[in-house]
Amino acid sequence: MQNQAIQVKGLQKSYKDLHVLKGVDFVVGRGSIFALLGTNGAGKTTIVKILTTLLKQDGGNAAVNGFDVASRPDSVRQSISLTGQFAAVDEILTGRENLIMIARLRHLTHPRQVADNLLSRFGLTDAADRRVSTYSGGMRRRLDIAMSLVGTPQLIFLDEPTSGLDPEARLEVWKTVKELAQNGTTVFLTTQYLDEAEQLADRIAILHEGTIIANGTLAELKKMFPPARVEYVEKQPTLEEIFLAIIGKKETK
Amino acid sequence: MDTARTHFISDVGVMLGRSMRHILRSMDTIITVTIMPIAFMLLFVYVFGGAIQTGTDNYVNYLLPGILLIAIASGIAYTAYRLFIDMQRGIFERFHSMPIAHSAPLWGHVLTSLVSNAISAVVIILVALLMGFRSSAGVLSWLAVAGILALFTLALTWIAVIAGLSAKTVDGAGAFSYPLIFLPFISSAFVPTESMPPVVRAFAENQPVTSIVEAIRSLLAGQPVGNDIWVALAWCLGILIVAYLFAMRIYNRKAA
Repeated sequence: MQNQAIQVKGLQKSYKDLHVLKGVDFVVGRGSIFALLGTNGAGKTTIVKILTTLLKQDGGNAAVNGFDVASRPDSVRQSISLTGQFAAVDEILTGRENLIMIARLRHLTHPRQVADNLLSRFGLTDAADRRVSTYSGGMRRRLDIAMSLVGTPQLIFLDEPTSGLDPEARLEVWKTVKELAQNGTTVFLTTQYLDEAEQLADRIAILHEGTIIANGTLAELKKMFPPARVEYVEKQPTLEEIFLAIIGKKETK
Repeated sequence: MDTARTHFISDVGVMLGRSMRHILRSMDTIITVTIMPIAFMLLFVYVFGGAIQTGTDNYVNYLLPGILLIAIASGIAYTAYRLFIDMQRGIFERFHSMPIAHSAPLWGHVLTSLVSNAISAVVIILVALLMGFRSSAGVLSWLAVAGILALFTLALTWIAVIAGLSAKTVDGAGAFSYPLIFLPFISSAFVPTESMPPVVRAFAENQPVTSIVEAIRSLLAGQPVGNDIWVALAWCLGILIVAYLFAMRIYNRKAA
């Protein structure tokens, strides 16, 4: 119980006739990175919304940091942060103003100091006083994640953190997520990219047609499927590898 | 719940600061809510005014209440717009997953509407003073005028909240305000209703703007307000309560 950041049992949710979640079960250990994998429309965002108290489930139980999401939403909100699918930043404010705003809403004693620290941690100090509308997609996402770290929540939800980002920005986000976990933050992320889950996650759960059809470490998942065979294939570089080599960013991975 | 309640005021204050920055950084908003009404006032006083018979020698005095209402009606369209943008982007989801009162983001928008419309009203009154507006009203009358304008702003703001929450497109979020901006033209705001054809006159004399305009005009002129102020207050409060209840229902349904 104490070692579990999230416990989900028999979670059900329907939108009118559409039965999206048909009894979802999983647990997420404290301090781990948990990836929820699934195709578009599989219900990943629905699960995130239920766990972050934005949506009420129709059936089953979900507890976050030991608090039931349906009966103790306010206690849940104290210890989590959500980085939604679409960058939840204020475009008209500057990066610094965005961070100060969140720090004030979290009633921290030194909002400016908190903002300065996060700006430098996320490499946004130079852009701090520019309006967010002038930021690139990657900078916006970094600011978005930085805003979620204000007040150092124990658990952070990242809903498709790299969708719509170019490969370079994607690597930046991966680096950030790894650093988060190293500092002891629990990360719950959803993705539709297999390599993203493979790169980041301690545990991977696959959501398909409303239930979790596989759940385990990468090694465990590999064991469930046909054993590896030795094949000789000419290794062609992927377009991503070519792209990154050309722009000279390959070594940053 | 406790932290969310104790910090409600300061949280709404943060939201107010955010939206006020939005307004001050949007030239479009400033032009529409302040400069346009002033342009109307200049146009009516210096171009049409000579041909309008109101039975008063100071047309600025006659005109000012209607101009203030037009400014408010165009100002609240931006409240709907800002609310719509917040719903579309992820920022409301972020706020709602934070330990703050669920309604704080919404009240931030309502308070912003009240504050920004008050500022533009003050600017318009100052310009009117330069144009020859004079008032013999005492402090109490001015307070009454401020109260009526605040109630009118709130009533329209809650209508704007309904529009902002339920609109499907940006254009839709603002379109509802056009009839509201037009209402003062079919009232006693610019010309006395006696000059209008019977059907138009009947509409003009029984719609909310006329009673509000008449009440403010009498208060500013230091004359007895009679029944108009009660009719005006009844309209404002009635619209306010109905729109508030509708808006809250939509907000609680849409924003989980």
